[in-house]
Amino acid sequence: MTASESAPAARGGVLSFARDLWDTLRRPSSVFALGVLVLGGFVAGVVFWGAFNTALEVTNTEKFCTSCHEMRENVFEELKTTIHFSNRSGVRATCPDCHVPHNWTDKIARKMQASKEVWGKIFGTIDTREKFLEHRLELALHEWARMKANDSLECRNCHSAESMDITKQSPRAADTHQRLLFTGQKTCIDCHKGIAHKLPDMRNVPGWQ
Amino acid sequence: MKRRIAILALSALVALGGGSALLAQTQSGLRGTTPLDQEGPAARMTPTRNTTEREVRNYPEQPPLIPHSIDGYQVDLNGNKCLSCHARARTGESQAPMISITHFMDRDGQFLASVSPRRFFCTQCHVPQHEVKAPVENDFVDVDTLLSRTQPGGRR
Repeated sequence: MTASESAPAARGGVLSFARDLWDTLRRPSSVFALGVLVLGGFVAGVVFWGAFNTALEVTNTEKFCTSCHEMRENVFEELKTTIHFSNRSGVRATCPDCHVPHNWTDKIARKMQASKEVWGKIFGTIDTREKFLEHRLELALHEWARMKANDSLECRNCHSAESMDITKQSPRAADTHQRLLFTGQKTCIDCHKGIAHKLPDMRNVPGWQ
Repeated sequence: MKRRIAILALSALVALGGGSALLAQTQSGLRGTTPLDQEGPAARMTPTRNTTEREVRNYPEQPPLIPHSIDGYQVDLNGNKCLSCHARARTGESQAPMISITHFMDRDGQFLASVSPRRFFCTQCHVPQHEVKAPVENDFVDVDTLLSRTQPGGRR
């Protein structure tokens, strides 16, 4: 007497289906030629990978981010007044430049974390200005912690310390960068908080009062 | 008759000249020559002075000028960007001058542990400077210069 015989019918059905599937997958194909399988597998793989990456890239655009009013009416509106949106040379940062790691593995990890944001969207966690302001400190703390942990990687994707010509900076900036940034005592986000969006209540944030 | 015409012509000339003199008088420093009922072209925007060097105060009570750019600095209920360098506890790292102790005093003359709420909004008194040529003349002299003039042999 086997386990499947003693189990209820439904469970037995699932088990035998799984066993049949496993047997089929294990055996060589008796219908399709090897060439068809190899080429078909290759094409299907290309299509799948292409589609996956296209979808990933679509979610990595400012247009996608600002398609939700939570982003469009709060943080994007604030970004517009800053130097990261409007400046003399017209080079500007879009949302994913700062908020999504460029490295593939980190990007996928961030995207998985971001599934929580879909939950927030569905249940309207920050769907009014008041709710957004209530959550602003928490949201900001997440971003500061992320940037502190990766040594402000997203800043450094554009602002490299090696390429910084401090003689072109104001004396104040040149001195501070030399003293704290180049020696590794501080990372960008330690001093440059609130440069792209408005700040939350900063009372208990180190370095602020 | 000839004389009358000459007088008329002369008075017209004088009136015209007076008019143009009046026109010249309405020219104020910032407005330029644009008539009062018209809007002139906007002046070019000028760069902010962006240094670390303190400027001499023109009189002892003058709130020190901000020698650097403060573009995008947030000073509101949520935080004060100025204080993230100029607060007492921050000056070691920032090497910026500490806000004056007078700023710790509330309106009853009591010293608080940190900046008093009534002194929180820095730009009410402290302002950054733009690099411009003064559009109007100013013959202000500070008190030291004034006193030296009264000294024997001082410059009048």
